[in-house]
Parts: sequence; C-alpha cells; structure tokens
Amino acid sequence: MTQGGIDAEQVKHLGKLARLELSPEEVADYTLQLEQILGAITSISAVAADHIPPTSHPIPMENVYREDIAVRGLEINDFARAAPSFEDDRFRVPRILGEPG
Amino acid sequence: MSDLTRQSAATLASAIARKEVSSEEVTRAHLDRIAQVDERVHAFLHVDRESSIARAREVDQQLAKGELSSPLAGVPIALKDLLATKGVPTTCGSRILEGWRPPYNATIVDKLNAAGVVSLGKTNMDEFAMGSSTEHSGYGPTQNPWDLERIPGGSGGGSAAAVASFESPMAIGTDTGGSIRQPAALTGTVGVKPTYGGVSRYGIVALASSLDQAGPCARDVMDTALLHTVIGGHDPRDSTSINKPVPDVVAAALNADVRGMKIGVIKQLKGEGFQAGVLERFNQSIEILIELGAEVIEVSCPHFEYALGAYYLILPSEASSNLARFDGMRFGIREDDGKNRSVEEVMSATREKGFGAEVKRRIMLGTYALSSGYYDAYYGQAQRIRTLITRDFADAFSHVDVLVSPTAPTTAFKIGEKLDDPLAMYLNDIATIPVNLAGNCAMSLPIGRAPEDGLPVGLQIIAPPMADHLLYQVGSALESALADRWGGLLISEAPTL
Amino acid sequence: MTTGYQAVIAEFEPIIGLETHIELGTNSKMFCSCSAQFGGDPNTHVCPVCLGLPGSMPVVNRVAVESTIRMGLALNCSIAPWCRFARKNYFYPDMPKNYQISQYDEPLCSDGYLDVTVPTENGPGVFRVEIERVHMEEDTGKLLHAGGSGRIHGATHSLVDYNRAGIPLIEVVTKPILGTGELAPEIAKAYVSELRDLMRALGVSDVRMEEGSLRCDVNVSLNRQGEGWGTRTETKNVNSLRSVERAVRTEMVRQAEQLRLGERIILETRHFNEETGDTTSGRSKEEAEDYRYFPEPDLVPVAPSESWIKQLRGTLPEIPSVRRARLQNDWGISEFDMQSLVNAGALELIIASIDAGVQPSAARKWWTGELTRVANERDCELEELTVTPADIAQIEGLISEGVLTDKMARSVFEGLLDGEGNVAEVIDSRGLVVVNDDDLLVEAINQALSESPDIAEKIKSGKVAAAGAIVGAVMKSTKGQADAAKVRTLLLEQLGVKE
Repeated sequence: MTQGGIDAEQVKHLGKLARLELSPEEVADYTLQLEQILGAITSISAVAADHIPPTSHPIPMENVYREDIAVRGLEINDFARAAPSFEDDRFRVPRILGEPG
Repeated sequence: MSDLTRQSAATLASAIARKEVSSEEVTRAHLDRIAQVDERVHAFLHVDRESSIARAREVDQQLAKGELSSPLAGVPIALKDLLATKGVPTTCGSRILEGWRPPYNATIVDKLNAAGVVSLGKTNMDEFAMGSSTEHSGYGPTQNPWDLERIPGGSGGGSAAAVASFESPMAIGTDTGGSIRQPAALTGTVGVKPTYGGVSRYGIVALASSLDQAGPCARDVMDTALLHTVIGGHDPRDSTSINKPVPDVVAAALNADVRGMKIGVIKQLKGEGFQAGVLERFNQSIEILIELGAEVIEVSCPHFEYALGAYYLILPSEASSNLARFDGMRFGIREDDGKNRSVEEVMSATREKGFGAEVKRRIMLGTYALSSGYYDAYYGQAQRIRTLITRDFADAFSHVDVLVSPTAPTTAFKIGEKLDDPLAMYLNDIATIPVNLAGNCAMSLPIGRAPEDGLPVGLQIIAPPMADHLLYQVGSALESALADRWGGLLISEAPTL
Repeated sequence: MTTGYQAVIAEFEPIIGLETHIELGTNSKMFCSCSAQFGGDPNTHVCPVCLGLPGSMPVVNRVAVESTIRMGLALNCSIAPWCRFARKNYFYPDMPKNYQISQYDEPLCSDGYLDVTVPTENGPGVFRVEIERVHMEEDTGKLLHAGGSGRIHGATHSLVDYNRAGIPLIEVVTKPILGTGELAPEIAKAYVSELRDLMRALGVSDVRMEEGSLRCDVNVSLNRQGEGWGTRTETKNVNSLRSVERAVRTEMVRQAEQLRLGERIILETRHFNEETGDTTSGRSKEEAEDYRYFPEPDLVPVAPSESWIKQLRGTLPEIPSVRRARLQNDWGISEFDMQSLVNAGALELIIASIDAGVQPSAARKWWTGELTRVANERDCELEELTVTPADIAQIEGLISEGVLTDKMARSVFEGLLDGEGNVAEVIDSRGLVVVNDDDLLVEAINQALSESPDIAEKIKSGKVAAAGAIVGAVMKSTKGQADAAKVRTLLLEQLGVKE
C-alpha cells in the first residue's frame, strides 16, 4: 500500500470493511476521487508535529459521570414499527455468516 | 400588523405577548408563505400544517393561562432535518432514513417546546450534513431565494433558505465545518456556531462528534441572540456539553459597542482564492468597524493552511464510525431481495442503496484514515495539526478580542457547477473550518452584495471559546451601522418570491 | 490420555493466557440508565442510547468506574491518572452502533498480579499470575439463531434482544503466563477461581459462569525448549472452571500432535465443546478485522484523583487468600483440607451457610460430603445444584427442633436436588413428618415385637443392645420418620426394661 496514493484493490477492501456493496464503476470513480482528495490532504504531513500532543476533545473536560440509577427507557411499541423486521419481541435479522469481532 | 412573515422573531414575540396577534395567526401566515413559495425554494422536507396549527393553539392557551414566559413564545421555527423530532419524519437528507420517525426528541427540541416555539417543519440539507451546497441531499437541492438557479450553501441550505425567503423567522441549523455560517453568508442571513459544548448534541444525528454543534439562524443579530439563549445550556445527556450558564448574548446584542475593542484580521484568510467582490465588501466592513471605534490589526495564523487537510481527515474518520449504525437492521430502509442473503450482504446492499456518493466517499476516506498502518500518518497527524490551530487561535486572542474574515471565499455559485469536483466543493469551507477544529464560536453576518454578481456576502466574526457574547456585541454594532447605510436589512433587497 | 499428556510436557513448554470478561452487577448500564438486571422480557431494558438510535449519546456510569478501580486495586494494578474510552469498529447485529465503546491503548488499570495456589508434588504451591490490564467496555445484545439447530451455522435468520447491550463489562487480561509446565491446566483453573472469589468479595459482580457474568477465553501456545514462542490459539465458550482446566489440557495435547506431524499452528479462535472436551476451529484470526480504534469523541477522559483512589482503596475487603488462612485456623483444619474444599468449589457455599446460621462443622460436612458426592455424580459444579446455603440452614434448624430426622433430611435434599420445590414444598409433597404420636409408635413397636418374639425375650433378659434390631424395624415401618431415640425409649418402657 503506497502512502498518499490509493488503488482499486484498496478501495474494494474499504468497501468491504465499511459494508458498502460497490459496483465496479463506483470502485473506479472513487479510486480516482479518493486519490485526488488524499493528494490534497496529505500536505499536512509536511508539518513536523511529532512532539505536538493530539487534540481529541476541543474543549478540555474530564470526569463527567451519571449516577447508577435505573430508569425505564423505551417501550417496545416505540421502536418495533420502525424496525424493518420485528418478530417475537425481537429484531429479526438475516442469517449471520461470520463470528463476532 | 402588516405582513407577519416580514417581521422579526422579536417583533412577533412582543406582539404575541401583548395579544395583538396570536401564535396561531403567525403560524398560519408562515404556513401560507411556505405553500406559496416552497415549491420553488424547496427549503422544507416535511411540513405538517395541521400539526403546527394545533401546536400553535396549544401555545396560545398556555400563554393565556400565563404558563409561558419565554421571550420567543408563540414564534414559529424551522428545524434542520438532522434533529430527532419525536414522531415526526427525520431523514438527515438521506434515503437511508426515508420514513423514519424517531421515538424521542433532541434536547434542544424539548427546550424549544418548553419555550413555546412552534415548529413549521424539517428543512433540507446535504445528506448527513456532508456538503457545502445542499446539492447532496437525497431529496433534491434547495434553491437560493436570491437566485433560484444558485445554491443556498450547505449543509444547512434549507434552514438558511427558509429564513431568507421569509418562510420562517428563524431556524435551527448545525455546523461542523461551516454548515450554518456559509449558508448564512450566501443567503444574506445571520448564523452562529456556538462554542463547542455550548448547545446540547443529544438528539442531533452525529456527523463528526468532536466538531458538530447546533446553532441559531435568523435574519438579524437580536433574533439570533434570543434563539441562542433558548437552545443553549448544559445537558446531562451530553457528556461533552459545557456545565456553565449560557453567556448573556442578548445583553451583548443590546450593547452594540465596539469602541476600544481590538479586532484581528486573519492574514491567511483574505488573499488568493477569495472572490474580488467578497474581499471588497469585507474591507469596507473593516473600515466601518474602525469608524465605530475598534482597533483593527492583522494577525497571522500560520497553520490555517493545513486546516482543510486536517478537517477532511478528522471528519470522515469520525463520520465513518458514526454512520456505521445505518445498516438496515433496527430502523430505516432495508434492502433485501428475499433470496436468502446473509446479514453482511443485506447491510452492504442497504448502505449502498441508501447512501449518496458524497457520503460513501467520506465513509471510505475515513475508514482508510483510521486503518492500521495509516492511523498515525492520517488521523493522528490531523489531531496534532488541530492542536497547532488551537494554539494559533489562542495566540491571536492574546492580542485581540475577536477575529474577522470573509465567511466564504465566493458568493453563491450555480447549482451543478461544482458537483463533479469534490475538492473544489471542499474549498468553500476554508474560512469556517478552523473554528470547528479549535471549538471556538463564530458568527456570519451579511455585509453587502458583491458588485460583480449582486449576491450576498458574509463576514465571519470569531471569538474565544465561551466568549459567544462577543460575537453578538460586534455583530450587532456592525449590523446597526450597515442598516443605517442601507435603510434596513440586506435581506429586504432579496427578489420578491 | 494421561500418558499422552506427560509426553507432551516432556517435549513442550506451554504458555497460557487468560482473558476474562466480568459483567458488573450495577443497577444501570454502562452508558445509559436502562436496567442492568439479568433477564427481563426481551427488549424491555432499552432506550435510544443502548439501541444506538441516531442522535443518542453515551454518559458514563460512575459506579462502573469505581468498581473497575477497586478491581484494579485488588489486583495490585496501577490506576491510570488519565485515560480515555475508544471505539472498536466492526459490524455485527448484536452491536447496535456497529462499534463498541471500549478502551484501547489507555486502560484504566494495568500491570498487576494475582497469586494463585495449586497443589504440587511438594504440597500447595503459590504461583503469581501477572495482569496486563483491566479495562471498561460495554456488553453486546443476545442473538437467538432461528430456523436451524440453534447454532449459527444453518440458521435461516436471527432474533436480537438488546437488553444486555450496554451492560458494563470489565475485561481482565493476563500477561503471557510462563513457567507453568505440567500444571498449566490447574493454574488456569485456579486463576479463574481466585479471580471469581475476588470479584465476589469486592461485591462488583455475581460472577456466575453459567449465567455469563463471568466469561473466559483461554490462550494456549507450545514451544520446544530453547525455541521461540509458538503461535497461540484462543479458545472461547469455556463456561465453567472445569472447562477451563479441560480446555487448556485438550489444546496442549492437540497442538503437540500437530507440531509432531510437522504442521504449523494457525493463529485462530477455537470453540470448546462441553460434551466432548475438544476444541474445534472457528474463525481464522489472520483474516481478523481491522478495528480502526480511535478515542471516543462523545466521552471525556476518565481522570481519577488521588483522593478518590485512596477512598476506594479503603473499601477493599479481606483478600480471599488471607481469609482462607484465617478460616483454616478458626476451623482447625489442615492446609490440604482447605485446598480440597476450595478445589471442590465449596468454600463460598460453606461460608454462606455459616452466615445463615449453620454450625461450621455441619456446613463443611454437608458441602464436602453428601453434596460433593452428588455434584460428582452429576458431573456439575457444586453451585449449580439446586440446594442453597439457606436451604441447609433451614434443614439443620428443623433437625435440631426435632421436626426432621437425619434420614428425613437426606430425603429433603433429594427432593431439593431433583427440583421438587423449596424445603417446605418437598417436606409436604413427600409427607416427611416425624411420627411423634406415641400411640402410633407404640403400635409400631408392638408390631415389630410380635414379629420377633425371640428378640423381645433377649431384651427382657437384659441384652438391651438387642433393642437396636426392633428400633431398626420400627424405623423401617415408619419409613424413617420416627425419632430413633424416642422409639428406643418407648420400646424399653414397653418392655419395662431399664437402660
């Protein structure tokens, strides 16, 4: 895998990781576009920033908690109808092939 | 009172409070306006006339009983379709959520309800707030009321257009890289991105969690201040919300005085890439601020040139994770051909069908930037650039009270003009993005029309985190001075629809 | 098999590692206020947050953080002065957000140890297991695989219940455990057992393996002396202490066989099969997902202050090993006996029985005697039996009141073990009432005497010991529901014989 550049194989792999069923045309288009975008973005690597701490939260805050009290949430009727498939009080999903991560 | 739709929210609120007019009348007037013009503007995705009128009636009853004391009670509002509204369709501008009605309200929707503000409906937006033109909506673009062949900006083009076309006196938008401010600039309205954490994110569908913020949109600074006060404040359901009172932005808006203030012009945000007419209006506004008694100096924020790169690594990374939940299993559409496909296949088919091209691009970009082997060079590096940008701001604010720049590099371009060039589209956010990266607050204010095309130009005011009141103080002063020159607000020059 | 195992040990050195997930017994979930109680009708303990609905946001449960810190302190870990949550990104239907909020390179606790005792040839030996980390994460929902055998393979669809999604889950990971030699299986089991006791003593979790509040993954690798570390496998579905031991042993033997054939060990996840004791291949870890970890932007860092940690340190209970030493002394039993008791899984049950009012010696007798026998017969753990310390206390009480005889008590136990109900229900349904009616007893005595006239003569002639046979006969005819001592007294009275 080349830094800054991206090829069709990588795009296909990304599609898989991100659960996107890309058509061959899309793979070709996105490869081109992502390559362009990455080319522009990776200018940031020009900045020598190894010693700079990363920012994960813009406004510094710490220790925000909730008390351990149980409260009734949603009723099944609140979300069952919005579910694509609901059976026996549970969300019905198609057959699973893989093991969990 | 003459045409209710041409009044400010503040004026409407006083009239309602004095019982000169009812919330129902005001709401009906705006619903009629929507019916009259929205086919051409397409600001709204969902309007439920009966429901809004019923709510307005309720508010009138509450007012009659003295149960409501909010300064905006009875005034209607438009809500960006990124906000969860209980029982009301919420699409985020995407086909993947077509028909979804959330079982709960966003915190700020609850606040608006408690304040007696009446929702007119949900506004159009770039899909999942990814875009700068509202052309990436899964439901068609929104038109700019100044020129229906042009974009209103994005991602919150619908909210800005609703306000600019007098369909609603005010609206709620969200801003991740400029999605409130840039549409405000392109439509001649006012929009504010509050300090990160100043407004609850609970119930706002997340795009980039460390950048997103909901904010007020209106036609003048005072209305924006009133709305800011209603929606701002700590929310225990949002761990990143600031546990301090909302700065007194209304008082600041009344105190429209810049005498003795130091204002910094950002060197990196006024040169190449900015339309001549935009810079011309910007420079004129600087002159006005000096005339009003402010001291204006140039400041340098050297790392701003890397802001776009950092943003377009951080946003897609966080978004790729936030959008993973849209998989057709619990809500939204499910794409299943009934041929015994596996869950992996159905998820992939659903997301492929439901997401538009820009969303898919960014999901893949984000997935790539977070991949093992790439994390440090991309996401990691971007977060370090972010620190440098925050330091640039802090450094600048040690010399000045607020910073200013043009909000957007150009005026509204034609629909379709930049659609095939993602990079060109991203450049629209060049002035607004640094603010989100650092978490500061900023306002866009109309400062005139560009001579070459007659389209609105906005000026951006940036203040330090938690100093949101400074935006309103400076904005109000400038707005006042400009209104004197124009004989009214800029928006009154917009073509009649 | 033993011979095979000995041969494996002679040729290879095992390295083991244990990853344990502990579900906290908090009232509410890790990131939302839904009930964290076990059970509940499907999808009734859910809200926008744990369903991962668009716009929802997590808020950290303070007690979960406290429990994790206490666990870390009890395991002799360093507590991070500042750490963050991270997102672990992958798609799976039991995870509503398709990412799990966990901790990645900044665990709350790290670098600790737990000492475990295992029986060696030279007596009990203490082995120090080093702990790599203790961190916080959230549990997933439960999947029901339908349309097939109930297993994931062959199912036509699955049904998801999100009640469990979001319950606080604490992961304890050991460093690679070296130098265990032939005791690897025992050490693994002892570690999980000790860890479980510690969690109970801390009061942070029920830690019931059969309910899933304590889950264990076992890592095993082999290498020949002098060579580098071998490739490890990870075995899941290890649902009891017994299984931990068996899984390690099985996997060691399996890997040895493969290595001897010149084949290489694949880095993979394996499943433990309770019935056969074998492990079967699952998903190859070489194709494992890239989790794309990054710091959770919806949550702020956890930065426990020195004073908070100090306050929590003050709440730590007596460490199980210290308590065991004290009890051993109090009860006057040997170290070997105490170890046997622990190995049988009886210690906590005995202590609970004593707390419920049973005499220590009686408690030990019941749990290490009768009930251990039954558990072995049924090939299950002691705590899986449907007899509780409270039951024992109740039965002992009824015996001392004279309501039950020893023999009747055994019948009650049988009834409890067969799930016939609680103590009162069993007594009722089996008609276990002590025959206290003197007239009835006298009747039975006379009946027995008439059937054995020669014994009656013997007793009358002074051979009082012969009374035992009559008493036995009466006990038989009353189905053991007579008080033997009382029968004897009445019998002698009847015959006019003095003791």
